[in-house]
Amino acid sequence: MCDQTFLVNVFGSCDKCFKQRALRPVFKKSQQLSYCSPCAEIMATDGLHENETLASLKSEAESLKGKLEEERAKLHDVELHQVAERVEALGQFVMKTRRTLKGHGNKVLCMDWCKDKRRIVSSSQDGKVIVWDSFTTNKEHAVTMPCTWVMACAYAPSGCAIACGGLDNKCSVYPLTFDKNENMAAKKKSVAMHTNYLSACSFTNSDMQILTASGDGTCALWDVESGQLLQSFHGHGADVLCLDLAPSETGNTFVSGGCDKKAMVWDMRSGQCVQAFETHESDINSVRYYPSGDAFASGSDDATCRLYDLRADREVAIYSKESIIFGASSVDFSLSGRLLFAGYNDYTINVWDVLKGSRVSILFGHENRVSTLRVSPDGTAFCSGSWDHTLRTKNYLFVSLQVWA
Amino acid sequence: MAAGPASHGGLRRAQRPHLSKMERMVVSMQDPDQGVKMRSQRLLITVIPHAVTGNDIMEWLIHKYCITEEEALHLGTLLVRHGYLYPLRDPCHLELRLDETPYRFQTPYFWMSTLWPAAELDYAIYLAKKNIRKRGGLFDHEKEHYDQLHRKISHTWDLVVMQAREQLWAAKQRRKGDRLVIACQEQTYWLVNRPPPGVPSVLEQGPERNSCTAGRVQMPTGPFQTKTVDFYRREVECLRKALGRARVKSSVCLEAYLKFSSQRGPHDPIMSGCLPSNPWVTDNDTYWAMNAPSAAVPTRLRVEQWAFSFRELLEDPVGRAHFMDFLSKEFSGEKPPPRLPARAPPPRFPPAWGGPDPVPGPPAENLSFWEACEELRHGGQAQVPALVDAVYQQFLAPGAARWVNIDSRTMERTLVGLGRPHRHVLDDAQLHIYMLMKKDSYPRFLKSDLYKDLLAEAVVPPKTKRRVFPFMRKPRHSSPSPALLPASASREPSGGDGEA
Repeated sequence: MCDQTFLVNVFGSCDKCFKQRALRPVFKKSQQLSYCSPCAEIMATDGLHENETLASLKSEAESLKGKLEEERAKLHDVELHQVAERVEALGQFVMKTRRTLKGHGNKVLCMDWCKDKRRIVSSSQDGKVIVWDSFTTNKEHAVTMPCTWVMACAYAPSGCAIACGGLDNKCSVYPLTFDKNENMAAKKKSVAMHTNYLSACSFTNSDMQILTASGDGTCALWDVESGQLLQSFHGHGADVLCLDLAPSETGNTFVSGGCDKKAMVWDMRSGQCVQAFETHESDINSVRYYPSGDAFASGSDDATCRLYDLRADREVAIYSKESIIFGASSVDFSLSGRLLFAGYNDYTINVWDVLKGSRVSILFGHENRVSTLRVSPDGTAFCSGSWDHTLRTKNYLFVSLQVWA
Repeated sequence: MAAGPASHGGLRRAQRPHLSKMERMVVSMQDPDQGVKMRSQRLLITVIPHAVTGNDIMEWLIHKYCITEEEALHLGTLLVRHGYLYPLRDPCHLELRLDETPYRFQTPYFWMSTLWPAAELDYAIYLAKKNIRKRGGLFDHEKEHYDQLHRKISHTWDLVVMQAREQLWAAKQRRKGDRLVIACQEQTYWLVNRPPPGVPSVLEQGPERNSCTAGRVQMPTGPFQTKTVDFYRREVECLRKALGRARVKSSVCLEAYLKFSSQRGPHDPIMSGCLPSNPWVTDNDTYWAMNAPSAAVPTRLRVEQWAFSFRELLEDPVGRAHFMDFLSKEFSGEKPPPRLPARAPPPRFPPAWGGPDPVPGPPAENLSFWEACEELRHGGQAQVPALVDAVYQQFLAPGAARWVNIDSRTMERTLVGLGRPHRHVLDDAQLHIYMLMKKDSYPRFLKSDLYKDLLAEAVVPPKTKRRVFPFMRKPRHSSPSPALLPASASREPSGGDGEA
């Protein structure tokens, strides 16, 4: 017979039942406590209970997912390209670079159009955020952020302010001023605070609210004036990389995509996830609503773009080609929703026929990965930004943002 | 080569699916039956087997993926830049040449996906070998790196030189052909991992992404436990709700896209062009001037768009103003009503036409109420209580000056909510009024004489004649920045105008 021996460090009052007993060290929420033998056993069974809940929850989630897929498949009676057979094929598209905006010294990470259809704001890896009148290619404002990798920027609907953020984990709003005596950085307002990098930001219908997505796995809605958190959105299992607001009548939802391969639609008012789609095979880099608001497209590292219909509650089209093997970093629709422009990490832009599912054309114009792509508000052109930096003359690097029409 | 696979190799690999796809492509290119035509390449007196030319690769790509020459060249170039193919002659630039330059497929040992850290020590050994083999054989940037490394790891420099010598001696034991191939392979590997200045590095990935934060399972009683349980609980709840959703048949949804696209096709400048011309193409911004938010005479396409959906009518300031006009005329034929009295912040909507007037009819009140609710929903947090109060006094209170008719149930709910005002407290009432206008006033507006007249009077700009001398560039007019406009107009949701 062998006695069960254990290391007794101390003899004293148990932290739980306070009786005088031989105590064992025990870890609860990374804090060290001393429990007596019976209390330690009780705690061990508590732990088991927690584990059971976790395992059972996981399996429940899996089985629910399976059921959901079955339900979704029930109403799927036809494919998009079949329905689109009636539609006339598109002719050859000629889109050329009409403007090249030179001025960033480093990778362009993000850009956004102003509602006036010609101004844009762009941000880059070295912390520079520049506002351009892209029609004349003049730079109008420039701000240097205190952090590098400014991955998100947005133009306010009024055209009077811009928001940007990145590795500083914050989203800051800068009112645009033409006053030479005023330093734009002085009037900066820190609005959003996340615990990891800011990946995307967007103003809602006014200058007063901002929606942000972050590498900490959450999205959040903020009041610009006070910096107050109005609503937070939890549900992604990994970094959230992109978001887009729905053009709907009630204007209450938005979609986000993340590294957990999920695209989730949220109700801004309640903070609840309304719909979730998990058909991509890799990180979702970009999401954009179809102009009617009934669907959205997503671009992912798995080299495909997909169209998800919100009423049918399923994926309805995949835009892919065997020769396209690099991830899509950024997608946007033309005004009528017939064309989908997608920028890829293989330095090209592919133009897809949304209805027929075929590729209409491929645009070569960048010398490094295309990181951002947006169609202008009136649909006359689109702008693409990339990681180009071409050494043309000694000691001078310039990077291109291009406007195509 | 020292070192082994990176510690978090599995995670990083999942973030770069393009590497595995490239590898599959390269493997299929080497298939003896279906792959690229291989031949033996003669270099001076050595014969290297299994070599391919740039043209062979392009032809194979064109044939296999049904793509154009331009795309095949681009794809081939990417394969070379990522180090999956290397040139046998003069491998100091990784590009796909279409002459007789022979290429070979890189050995999997050196593939990017192995994620070996390409350590400084290895690089130092490689440079030392190159230096020893041929005095002055290092490129400028390599010389710089060599000196840097010499300074940095001077304590292990003996090891570096010794390793270099050993490797060179071992290489001498091999046949000349093998020696050449191995040297090229190694050089390509280092060109990928230490690109010369001016060449973009294909290794750059951007900030690190963490693929599993919330779902991560830590030690059984560790701090992440509760977070994981919450995460799954939320997911289960979301899935349960999703199962109960009402869904629409695919055929119905997809038909809607066809209808939408065909309806909007003529309005899409990229698809159908725009009149007079696309400003980006002709440098002429007349198109923007004609379609400015506050243009006096709207274009025909713009007026037609108001018939597509109620939302689009309201989103266009000119459309909304005409609708307001219609609503007031419907009731009393009087001029349209004044706006909410100015408070801080000033009203964000287009200025009213005409001045203060006698009490107008209910239909116009609906639109004013809707606008006031929008202001509440999208306004600053600090203004919420004051705005709610103002809206209540103006529109909802019994005997209010501009009372709107809401059904009793919604009114009850709203009144209850008013006890604790928040920005969404008027959502139900707003939606009720919106639907009322959409189902009732809007269709009447579209059938009205007012709308028909607008359509008839609308402008159809003539197409700009093609310039005979296209190289004479028109000066591009700048436009005032929306940030420069006076405060009251500047907060319009549809900002500045592109007037030349």
